[in-house]
Amino acid sequence: MRDKPLVALAIVVVLAAIAVGYAVGRRKAPPPPSPAAETTTAYSPADNAGAPPASGQIDAIRRGIPVDQEGEPPLMARVENTDVKRNRAYPMQPPTIPHSIDNYQIDRNSNRCLLCHARANADKFQAPPVSVTHYMDRDDQFLATISPRRYFCNQCHVVQTDAKPLVANNFKDIDTILSGQIDQPQQKAN
Amino acid sequence: MHMTRREFIRNTAVAVAANVAGIALPAGATNVLLEGDLTQLKWSKAPCRFCGTGCSVNVAVKNGQVVATHGDQLAEVNRGLNCIKGYFLSKIMYGADRLTAPMLRKKDGAYAKDGEFTEVSWDEAFDVMAAQFKRVLKEKGPEAVGMFGSGQWTVWEGYAANKLFKAGLRSNNIDPNARHCMASAVMGFMRTFGMDEPMGCYDDIEATDAFVLWGSNMAEMHPILWTRVTDRRLSNPHVKVAVLSTFEHRSFELADIPIVFTPQTDLVILNYIANHIIQSGKVNKDFVDRHTTFKQGVTDIGYGLRPDNPLELKARNAKDPNAGEAIDFARFAAFVAPYTLEKAVAMTGVEKGWLQQLAELYADPGTKVVSFWTMGFNQHTRGVWANNMVYNIHLLTGKIATPGNSPFSLTGQPSACGTAREVGTFSHRLPADMVVNNPEHRRHAEDIWAIPHGIIQPKPGFHAVEQNRKLRDGVLNAYWVQVNNNMQAGANLMQETYPGYRDPRNFIVVSDAYPTVTAQAADLILPAAMWVEKEGAYGNAERRTQFWHQLVKAPGQAKSDLWQLMEFSKRFTTDECWPADILAAHPSFKGKTLFDVLFRNGKVDQFPTSQIEAGYDNDESAAFGFYVQKGLFEEYASFGRGHGHDLAPFDAYHQARGLRWPVVDGKETRWRYREGSDPYVKAGTGFQFYGNPDGRAVIWALPYEPPAEMPDAEYDLWLSTGRILEHWHSGSMTMRVPELYRAFPEAVVFMNPDDAKARGFKRGDQVKLVSRRGEMRSRVETRGRNRMPRGVVFVPWFDAGQLINKVTLDATDPISKQTDYKKCAVKVVAV
Repeated sequence: MRDKPLVALAIVVVLAAIAVGYAVGRRKAPPPPSPAAETTTAYSPADNAGAPPASGQIDAIRRGIPVDQEGEPPLMARVENTDVKRNRAYPMQPPTIPHSIDNYQIDRNSNRCLLCHARANADKFQAPPVSVTHYMDRDDQFLATISPRRYFCNQCHVVQTDAKPLVANNFKDIDTILSGQIDQPQQKAN
Repeated sequence: MHMTRREFIRNTAVAVAANVAGIALPAGATNVLLEGDLTQLKWSKAPCRFCGTGCSVNVAVKNGQVVATHGDQLAEVNRGLNCIKGYFLSKIMYGADRLTAPMLRKKDGAYAKDGEFTEVSWDEAFDVMAAQFKRVLKEKGPEAVGMFGSGQWTVWEGYAANKLFKAGLRSNNIDPNARHCMASAVMGFMRTFGMDEPMGCYDDIEATDAFVLWGSNMAEMHPILWTRVTDRRLSNPHVKVAVLSTFEHRSFELADIPIVFTPQTDLVILNYIANHIIQSGKVNKDFVDRHTTFKQGVTDIGYGLRPDNPLELKARNAKDPNAGEAIDFARFAAFVAPYTLEKAVAMTGVEKGWLQQLAELYADPGTKVVSFWTMGFNQHTRGVWANNMVYNIHLLTGKIATPGNSPFSLTGQPSACGTAREVGTFSHRLPADMVVNNPEHRRHAEDIWAIPHGIIQPKPGFHAVEQNRKLRDGVLNAYWVQVNNNMQAGANLMQETYPGYRDPRNFIVVSDAYPTVTAQAADLILPAAMWVEKEGAYGNAERRTQFWHQLVKAPGQAKSDLWQLMEFSKRFTTDECWPADILAAHPSFKGKTLFDVLFRNGKVDQFPTSQIEAGYDNDESAAFGFYVQKGLFEEYASFGRGHGHDLAPFDAYHQARGLRWPVVDGKETRWRYREGSDPYVKAGTGFQFYGNPDGRAVIWALPYEPPAEMPDAEYDLWLSTGRILEHWHSGSMTMRVPELYRAFPEAVVFMNPDDAKARGFKRGDQVKLVSRRGEMRSRVETRGRNRMPRGVVFVPWFDAGQLINKVTLDATDPISKQTDYKKCAVKVVAV
């Protein structure tokens, strides 16, 4: 047990060295397209997330750098551009965008997202059409086209970068909780 | 191409799924559960934890955990929608590093300023804390203790804190972080209308012909209101949207009239519009004659810096910046006459045509206008003036308090209005717009609080920025911070904030749910329950008060701020805190604890716990033995009932999706000050701005004055700071939600590509931002959501890893004491 953090730390250090080397080497040339499989795995936050970092520094967002000092900011994270759908934490969660949206024009005159995601275009591009709710107005009436209140897609849908979260999140989705409940059927629901 | 790639992905996914089947898949993925009892979710309503829009969400709980959230279909504000942050509310309480036990800096088993954080019991935490507060009270009196609170406090938390400090400990050194975001709006309202908060409401959005955004990026900061604006604009082609800012941001995507102006010259545009209205004969004379008066404000009022700063010494009216004299319409017209179109073009750098079109929106009697503003106006060394000046143009045209005509100040925090402003947790305020330096107001508050007259101190306490200065100077020595992250927010971190927190003379307590940089700088950290881990109430920007129930338990030993405040009050007696002569005259108060006199006063404790709605926990009420929230709310509500701030009975709010005050005879008020809509306006008057004794609103003659600091040869760029869509409240919650973190993981310096090129930078390069106060490292961003004009850089402040407040200037509006986070001079250099 006692060796575990050390091993984990060693792995993190090695991975970090590879990542930095890779990123430094990459900065001159445009990045090669990453294989899809690489990003289908879920993120793995730092193993020590949840425990206070070393040297009494407790805010994980500062990455161990004291408030009165300055560290080197991490390299800019890259937007994941794999087109692989991600799980939703619950059915009503707006899906995150699995591709880059650089230079997408969305303004009064044009909405690049709907080029692929509008109902009428989804088949051509094999893009998920926007959900039925997006055709409803404020009073839940269906409109002929996309609802203007849903027009600016990126108010709810965001891209995901390859940045590794600094703090783990212990949110449990409903399936996880239900499977726990089947194991312990006596436990009373709240 | 596209098809084959998609097919490849699909086939891969099927293969991967087959591989892992039966190993780690949750039960639901293989056998679908349909059994009623098991699959039922308990849904309850709650307002969103983030911005001042005040969306209502439905929260699903299963086995003591929040498992889902979505927009509340029944809520007028958002009608089923949420923004990206709102959709991830489910995860904000589950960051792995939640604080679950008090932590005290200790060395050799005892508190030490230079000790290491050590887990302690609540008893030990409060013992040490009380000893420190008592030491300071004894040595220096109540002026040396203080509290920094929040627009994220629930209504009753702010109310309890206000009572504990202003009545219990007799210190007015309590201020909310809303000072950083709303104070200029408050003073703008008070100077023009004599009463705080907007006259209109969000219903104006669906009724208007034009929107003008003055220093507000609603597309990112108030996304759900932006959906309503977008809906109105796109559904009705005659509607126009004007967006004004010092750089181009997402709200420009909808702009018909896009205006990027030189920082600080919004004041010029405002006076140009007033002048245009007058010159083009579009003044609504009847309205102006019947419902307004004119005043000219003093000028040269300084910049709210330390009094010995050369800029303050030079300023003629730094001592009384709020003063003014009565004038008439003719003098006002003459005052704004120099603000011609030509002058406006020269000073703002904006094309003539855009300025004319903007002015015509206001001038044209047939166009209804909603003006929105947030931090662009409020975080401004002339923020109060800017607020007054936008009211000027609405008042000159009579475009106010009617559906679709609305000067509307948006708020940043979920209860900046409900808690900070209405409860009066500012260092000079009492509930319901009353102030400590008015003897009648103090007496009235003392009567409601059932405490002897003379307890509340008449002198306003230290405001937010002053608190940091007084900590730094060793004047303020015992200090409690709740629900805010001022180590990340307060300007001029290294010169003003950090040294004060770490000064051995000072004892700093920070209550928070997560280990923020402020907690890092504290001596004692108290773990806080958050959001639906407690029963709460927030008030949004349109005067809507919204309640929620406690839905889940807080982790570990975390306790709500309300419990902390009330429990801590048990450790003090009136004899330790109140003057002997007052106690001698009122012997029944002798020997009581502050808890007894503030919270067991026959009012706060009058409702039994049996009145708590069945099916919901209430940990505070369980701890104290009475329905704490109801008692505090009803006592608080008695301040405003009958005085234009009427709140409905407590229980009504647990049913309604919020109600907009004044709530009179069970009916909310959508437009104040107008006959037929506001029950306080007398028949036959048309309009009554009853916050002022004469029932008239004040049109203020105020000029352009330069900012405290401008770029020069060495510090050659303007720095503006602000928020982004994905992160809120300094990122302390949102940076712990993986999807929000990964959407925008680090702060960057948004910079014009030519500015970057001229300095030899490429996108992604590491740079130092340097001001006269400090420096911070970041990376250059020349693309993305903001397009910077040359000479201006923008850095968001959500990232604790990049503390831009090491660079910002602690200049404030001298009237509101609100910091200008939008303008200071920096240089950007290679590392």
